[in-house]
Amino acid sequence: MSGHHDDGHTHEQSVPEIRTKALESLLVEKGIISTDEIDEVARMYEQDIGPMNGAQVVAKAWTDPEYKKRLLEEGTSAIAELGFAGAQGAKIAVFENTPEVHNMVVCTLCSCYPWPVLGLPPTWYKSEAYRSRAVIEPRSVLKEFGTELDDDVEVRVWDSNSEVRYMILPERPAGTEGMSEEELVEIVTRDAMIGVTKVDVPTSAV
Amino acid sequence: MEKSADRQISNMPEEVELPRENGELVFDAPWESRAFGMAVALNESGKYEWPEFVNHLAGEIKSDPAEERSYYEKWLYSLADLAVERGLISESELDQRTNEYATGERNDDDH
Repeated sequence: MSGHHDDGHTHEQSVPEIRTKALESLLVEKGIISTDEIDEVARMYEQDIGPMNGAQVVAKAWTDPEYKKRLLEEGTSAIAELGFAGAQGAKIAVFENTPEVHNMVVCTLCSCYPWPVLGLPPTWYKSEAYRSRAVIEPRSVLKEFGTELDDDVEVRVWDSNSEVRYMILPERPAGTEGMSEEELVEIVTRDAMIGVTKVDVPTSAV
Repeated sequence: MEKSADRQISNMPEEVELPRENGELVFDAPWESRAFGMAVALNESGKYEWPEFVNHLAGEIKSDPAEERSYYEKWLYSLADLAVERGLISESELDQRTNEYATGERNDDDH
């Protein structure tokens, strides 16, 4: 952060920092907004909607076959079981990646994305290049993400829309049999849940 | 979770896009997330429509092509302008309150 402004005051605070305080204090004083509301919004956007939600869904599916079954059959309600709501009422459908089938997600029209489970979409997801190429040449796109697939693996590309958002249940990597659900949450990545990468076992965990 | 992120906010036009890393929001200092929270909370309570805020922000960003000010500095000024425009606060009381904090005349404990 630049913009630190020293005009001889005791503690060094930047001008925008002070002005933010002043604005908040006025709005709260006038009863226009409460500190709790601001906290809640900031917290929600920073954490609650992050990829961690999706990682919890994946880890549970990996460790609980009954949950996995419900998740693949009825994604929205299975995800809601963990307390994550649909994006503006949109359904969330989940597809499983297996050694035979690799699923990936795109939104060719705009940038529909399963926010409640994956947080904010990455810039590349919204790029013209990804949106068009994911459908035309998914294998090349996957390769650019470092995902090499054998020729006999079927690639399925799911185009999101305003009614249905997609999330991918990545393949549970070999070598993770001894890991707990909590440990598994840590290794699930956002990109794997979009389906552009696989989940790797971190070397430290092997 | 009773609330979910507003797609208008998660998905703003390229030129005003929120700074992020790996899809998640990035705040360089706590005040930035306060400024973010205020703007979103005021929108949620119907004080303005999100596109109006985006317009202000786009104007601020356009007027600073050399990026001399940080993203959230511009965010903050957009928010303050809009709050004044909507009559939520006045420019002079904001200046006065800012001055009170700057001089140490007013000093809140961090919550």
